[in-house]
Amino acid sequence: MKLNDTLQFASHSLISARSRSVLMIIAMSIGVAAVVILTALGEGARLYVINQFSSLGTNLVIVFPGRSETAGVNPGMLIGQTPRDLVLDDAMAVLRSSAVRRMAPLAVGSALVSNGPLNREVVVLGSTSELLAIRHMTMSQGQFLPEAAADAASPVVVIGAKIKEELFGIENAVGSWLRIGDRRFRVIGILSSQGEAMGMNTDELVIVPVASAHMLFNTQGLLRILVEAKSREQIERARSETEQILFKQHSGERDVTVVTQDAMVATFDRILRTLTMAVGGIAAISLAVAGVMIMNVMLIAVAQRTQEIGLLKALGAPPAQIRRIFFAEAVLLSLVGSVIGLLLGQLGSFAIGQLYPTLPVAPPWWALIAAFSTALGSGILFSVWPARRAAQLDPVAALARR
Amino acid sequence: MIEFSNVCRNFTVGDQQVHALRDINLALGAGEYISIMGPSGSGKSTLLNLIGLLDRPSSGVYKLDGLDVTTLDDEQQARVRREKIGFVFQFFHLVPRLTAAMNIELPLILGGVNVEERKERVAKLLESYGLTDRAEHRPEQLSGGQRQRVAIARATIMRPSVLLADEPTGNLDSVTGKEVIRLLEQLTEQGVTLIMVTHDRDNGDRALRQITMVDGQIVGDGRKSDQP
Repeated sequence: MKLNDTLQFASHSLISARSRSVLMIIAMSIGVAAVVILTALGEGARLYVINQFSSLGTNLVIVFPGRSETAGVNPGMLIGQTPRDLVLDDAMAVLRSSAVRRMAPLAVGSALVSNGPLNREVVVLGSTSELLAIRHMTMSQGQFLPEAAADAASPVVVIGAKIKEELFGIENAVGSWLRIGDRRFRVIGILSSQGEAMGMNTDELVIVPVASAHMLFNTQGLLRILVEAKSREQIERARSETEQILFKQHSGERDVTVVTQDAMVATFDRILRTLTMAVGGIAAISLAVAGVMIMNVMLIAVAQRTQEIGLLKALGAPPAQIRRIFFAEAVLLSLVGSVIGLLLGQLGSFAIGQLYPTLPVAPPWWALIAAFSTALGSGILFSVWPARRAAQLDPVAALARR
Repeated sequence: MIEFSNVCRNFTVGDQQVHALRDINLALGAGEYISIMGPSGSGKSTLLNLIGLLDRPSSGVYKLDGLDVTTLDDEQQARVRREKIGFVFQFFHLVPRLTAAMNIELPLILGGVNVEERKERVAKLLESYGLTDRAEHRPEQLSGGQRQRVAIARATIMRPSVLLADEPTGNLDSVTGKEVIRLLEQLTEQGVTLIMVTHDRDNGDRALRQITMVDGQIVGDGRKSDQP
């Protein structure tokens, strides 16, 4: 029997047992689609986090207040809770390192911002003029914070594109006064629309000099110090020198965490990649389940087609040929199931991408290959036994039944 | 061409040995028309299955065309079956999902014959069996006589030298049964050896050589003297 005849014979029997075949294809395609969609989500999360970190700037070293004894990032550091604050003096001291090109302190709070009757709650960022360059932000109108001493609390503010739209509409904002909390600030510039980075949407920010922010929120502390190294090669030196300087600043206590942007990206990359694989692996279990289902249905098919198998033997089909026919059926089923599953998975990923445009949802190529080959593999593996059973049927007994 | 020497076939049923065939010695020539008759359980179907290589003897030697086929492996036996033996069953055993034409084509497909030749041979056979207008019908859409004619067409499409028929009229009314018998008899005129197991004395008596079995043994082997 020729290969294409075998395939034709197998597909013919699959088509005539329509509901059975459709069920198996559904089971298989759900499994494949689950793997594709879940890995796409995981991969999307990974890319999202990496993009967020990269859009933070280049060659960055980031200083957090507080320190955890083990390596890694603890939740306390992320929200800036620590016995000793990072203060402006610490930030200024970092500039002593020759590997550091520039530095921007960050203080963050939230306040009611109002222009006449219009007001809304806004995240207020306190920083210096260097922030513009470090964070690669661009201005659409006016200018950024002036290059003044970091401790000069001048009443000026730079606002995000969306804030401008909401509080000023089409009016000219630059030069107008804006009330933040209980103080008045003059708008000196408007940021161009940039989107989100690290959970902060620059479109919905207002930026004031760091000293003004401290006055507004009545604190001395900094959430972060963003340090930019002079070049890629200097990052590591900038990191260790920053650590040294702050060690001295804090009178010999290591109570800050200094990490490079690359290290953070790499850590998240590793965590999320592992997560993606784990989730994909869990989804792959459904493929094994689909495989067992294929085996079950194939065994039933062998029982139902006993007569046909006996007949094929009487007509001169050797055992190997019978095996090939059932094998071909399993392969065709898992092939069709996998292809439909891949399409469904792609479609699902696309739909999720449309629903959450910020998440770059796309199934990684390795997941596609893995899902496809696992599906095909389990289909083939679980058809071995039924196929053997069919081939070993005794033709006399098979034909004796009516 | 078919030679049985000291062939036995035993089955184990529970812890008991059942001797379905006891020491059968038999020689059948090419082109013979043979009927095998006997009561139920006399071993006639077992004999037919052995001749058709669907079963293996427990002991003894079976030679087909001078070749000892009992020593062949499954693969080789399947090949012999495909090329030399055709089966006609009481219950037709047509594949229900395939059309009449496809059922007839099946042995050619298994034999790896290419498509053009297949179509040609099937069309020719359909015509000679008067089934051309039934070619695209599935078995359930055919009458009993038509089904058996399809089955005979399938059995003969490989041009076998031996045709084995197990109660070929057992499931047909007497008129269509007669037609089927006549069809099979025509094949013997073309040189096919026809071996027919039957309960029906009328059918059995038509055969030129009549073998009678009782309890796994051949008790009668007579030839018709008056050749038609």
